[in-house]
Amino acid sequence: MERSKVTLFSTLLLFGLISFGLNHFHVADGSGHAVTLIQKYSYYYDILLTIGINIILAVGLNLVNGYTGQFSLGHAGFMAAGAYASSWLTLSYGYSLGGGAFATTFAFVIALLLGGVAAAFSGLLVGVPSLRLKGDYLAIVTLGFNEIIKGVIQNCDALGAQRGLGGMAPSTNFFWTYAFGAVTVYVVLSLVNSTYGRGFLAVRDDEIAAEAMGINTTKYKVLAFVLGAFFAGIAGGIYAHFKQFIHPEGFNFMKSVDVVVMVILGGMGSTAGVCVAAALLTILPEVLRYVSHIEALPEWLRHIAENRMILYSLLLIVLMLTRPQGLFGAVNLKRKKA
Amino acid sequence: MSEPLLDLENVTVQFGGLKAVSELSLRIGDGELVGLIGPNGAGKTTVFNLITGVYQPTSGAIRFDGKSVVGHRPYKITARGIARTFQNIRLFSSLTVFDNVRTACNMHLRHGILYALIRGPKFAAEETEVAKTVMELLEIFGLAGQRDQSCKSLPYGDQRRLEIVRALATRPKLLLLDEPAAGMNPTEKVELMKLIRFTQEKFGCAVLLVEHDMKVVMGICQRISVLDYGRKICEGSPAEIRCDPKVIAAYLGKEEA
Repeated sequence: MERSKVTLFSTLLLFGLISFGLNHFHVADGSGHAVTLIQKYSYYYDILLTIGINIILAVGLNLVNGYTGQFSLGHAGFMAAGAYASSWLTLSYGYSLGGGAFATTFAFVIALLLGGVAAAFSGLLVGVPSLRLKGDYLAIVTLGFNEIIKGVIQNCDALGAQRGLGGMAPSTNFFWTYAFGAVTVYVVLSLVNSTYGRGFLAVRDDEIAAEAMGINTTKYKVLAFVLGAFFAGIAGGIYAHFKQFIHPEGFNFMKSVDVVVMVILGGMGSTAGVCVAAALLTILPEVLRYVSHIEALPEWLRHIAENRMILYSLLLIVLMLTRPQGLFGAVNLKRKKA
Repeated sequence: MSEPLLDLENVTVQFGGLKAVSELSLRIGDGELVGLIGPNGAGKTTVFNLITGVYQPTSGAIRFDGKSVVGHRPYKITARGIARTFQNIRLFSSLTVFDNVRTACNMHLRHGILYALIRGPKFAAEETEVAKTVMELLEIFGLAGQRDQSCKSLPYGDQRRLEIVRALATRPKLLLLDEPAAGMNPTEKVELMKLIRFTQEKFGCAVLLVEHDMKVVMGICQRISVLDYGRKICEGSPAEIRCDPKVIAAYLGKEEA
């Protein structure tokens, strides 16, 4: 079997074991009761899951923005499509399968995949007309579509409109989040490391030359867009069944920017870098929040940490100035042999 | 000449008030090496862009292998068997030498995206086949040693050569070369002439060569067409072109009476 597939399956197995351990390994909490690791460290567990979701989002977007060079600013829109589609499915049909743990998980995974398909379809709708545009124009149009998807949900009573949508089963766990993360990474890497997938990079480097070499640039751009949207949809579904409540405002322009920042910081077209950046940018605000609460620190330092969004942006500016290729930008230059 | 490989019939293209190419007729037979020359701005590159579908002709017909290529997207025309190089090199700058050529094998893949994801034996076999084809081409053109280098790090002459290799990887019947000798020194030009002739013989493809360098054009072309202000002013063998008064006038101007 191919090495990449062996890696994928062993990674999935490892995640399964970790997940089992997290759920079944008991430790004593503060008052001496036996609780699982998840219950004891629920705050860290939440951060861990958020990192996983962000990795799926960023790696998917990296296929569009990094590898194919089409600057999309509407990733949160596709995430919303997936989140709402899968939530609607589990809320409407999930319980009809019976309430057992297996049935709930089964319904969750099916809903995730269908949510991904719904997002991919919205990606197709957005991509076909807007991928004729380039650069800033494409960014603006995708941003607009992000707002349109949000607007549709806000006005759709079946999806809770402005009230948001809640009550989903808490089906998200470590295994499913990171399993889908691993699959996303596998899909993106297998694609770009094949002759077929080199087309994405060719489109990014020179569209005219790519077309002259027999590459259907439109097909590649739409494909990247649809795949990126699919994974955003999956991430949305995982997010919805993790927070158990979703609101249209959670999928606004700022969420899209967050993901774009992860891609840029990690290095456009470097999957490893993007994963690290997704983790760093998820942890950083939490660290700053923690720092701002340490009483022993001087007042002014805590104030700076309190305004963590400012610090966060400053850090980004510094990083952009010193490493414009991204944290890991150089790693991918050393490409493996075919 | 029986049915020509490429047949341009009264092709005109107009950009606003400017007729970049007007009433151009040009025929290229199987395996022929034809030169297209003319002063700056005569419309040579525009002719290439018309043939490869980057521009659409305002009027006239372009037939390749007996069928019209007008209105087709460039990638479809490439799939029909026309490959080109560019005047200002357009390599895939972030890719290695090997990957640049590999990308051009893309359109001959029998298996699509699913095979790339499943990575089964069929996929592996095809990737090996592609790698073999690419390496063969690179070896023929003496670039095999640089296969893992970034194409940007190659010397200028090698970049031009790599563009030709990349175009050949699409297995063309007709190869369009846009000023391949630009920026080359005399030694490199001699090498290039050998290379073009070799390509034509080895791969059996017809070549249409746009070039400024008269030594190169006169040295290798079997037939030459001369463009001036978008019109063909003359066509013939190198010897005929060399002493044609209209060509001399277009390049050097007329003698005042």
